[in-house]
Amino acid sequence: MMAAHAEDGENTLESALEELRDHYENDGHGVELVEVAGGWQILTRPEYTEAIERAQLAARPQRLSAAALETLAIIAYRQPIGRAEIEEIRGVGAGAILKSLLERGLIDVTGRGEGLGRPLLYGTTPSFLEQFALRHLEELPRSDELAIALRAPRQAMPAVAAAPTRGNGEAPPRAD
Amino acid sequence: MDDVTLTHSSSTAVADSAASEVFVVELAEYSGPLDLLLTLIRDEQIDIYDIPIARIAEQFLSRISSLKLDEAADYLEMAARLVRIKAQMLLPRREGEDVWEDPRAELVRRLLEYQQVREVVDVLERRAEDRRSRFARAYTQAAVQMPVSGPLTISLPELLSAVDRVLRLARKPQVHDVVPRALDVDGAIGIVRALLAIRARAQWKDILPRKAEPWEVLSLLLALLELAKQGELRLAQPRAFAAFEITRDSSSEAA
Repeated sequence: MMAAHAEDGENTLESALEELRDHYENDGHGVELVEVAGGWQILTRPEYTEAIERAQLAARPQRLSAAALETLAIIAYRQPIGRAEIEEIRGVGAGAILKSLLERGLIDVTGRGEGLGRPLLYGTTPSFLEQFALRHLEELPRSDELAIALRAPRQAMPAVAAAPTRGNGEAPPRAD
Repeated sequence: MDDVTLTHSSSTAVADSAASEVFVVELAEYSGPLDLLLTLIRDEQIDIYDIPIARIAEQFLSRISSLKLDEAADYLEMAARLVRIKAQMLLPRREGEDVWEDPRAELVRRLLEYQQVREVVDVLERRAEDRRSRFARAYTQAAVQMPVSGPLTISLPELLSAVDRVLRLARKPQVHDVVPRALDVDGAIGIVRALLAIRARAQWKDILPRKAEPWEVLSLLLALLELAKQGELRLAQPRAFAAFEITRDSSSEAA
């Protein structure tokens, strides 16, 4: 009974969202309905960005540095992940970057690891999905979809993209 | 303190740079040693699975020979790694030895892993760029609009009445007379001594005149402290916030 109700509600919601999207789409609105981070958001259309900025109604957020993006990419695929592992992959200290990502609300401490000193483990936040226009983490390319997929390893080479829950344990195909 | 001179011992590897270099130039365009390595490999069009370590190590060292010190550590670690791999490659391989661990394997693994990260970064960058160009409903701070200053429109009577208002406000400035009133510690000392000459012990309220002025209270307090310091009297307070007792110090009297 409950389940049927919930399903009804969901169907109603879906069709309402559909209706709203069509409305924005067909009646020449400046906004559109976008599915993001497990929800829906009304966003202005890209073609009006400049006009909005010129009118100083809103400003584009700052771009992240390459180092910050790399760190974020590693966390997105390997979460929960500790600082040491991030530093090993990037070959550079990560302290300051982690701090700024935390401040921007893109990552959060999700727990503590088992290792020495019980290191903090980091994961991405819903805000990360929102700021990267992702519906969910699975929307990121799987490691075998990347152009430089790892070759079948002689000793086990952990692929970067382990986290997204597709659960295919087979070795990624060769790149060439 | 930033300019620390490091001397490389591997001057053969850094053929074209002086034996001692000051680390100053920053490598802002690289996000780390792996990025620099990948760039070198791409520039030289090298097969990542068969890296000519000697050549790459040399180039790596010459690129990092000028570095800001706080960034240098990560690059120097990689440089050391490269030189070590280079040395391992030079070791003679025994004929027929079937298990030969390529010393470059670990480096290749890390480079590939890092390259994947870079590829994900490209994806993230595209998406972020798309998202940056759309605005959601949110609180946006209204831009502070300075009023456009045009020519003043004011009549003479208005101006005069404004002047009048200002003058009326300024007419009665509140002036406080500040009279210097020095403390009379010496006088207070005299009072206390006179009292203690008559009585062996006294209390604060005994020496304080009725309706004492603040300066009198302060003078007496300082006098008591001064006399206590000189050992002419003792101050004792039986418990917190209790009235304190002033006693003649008989020991100093004896002395």
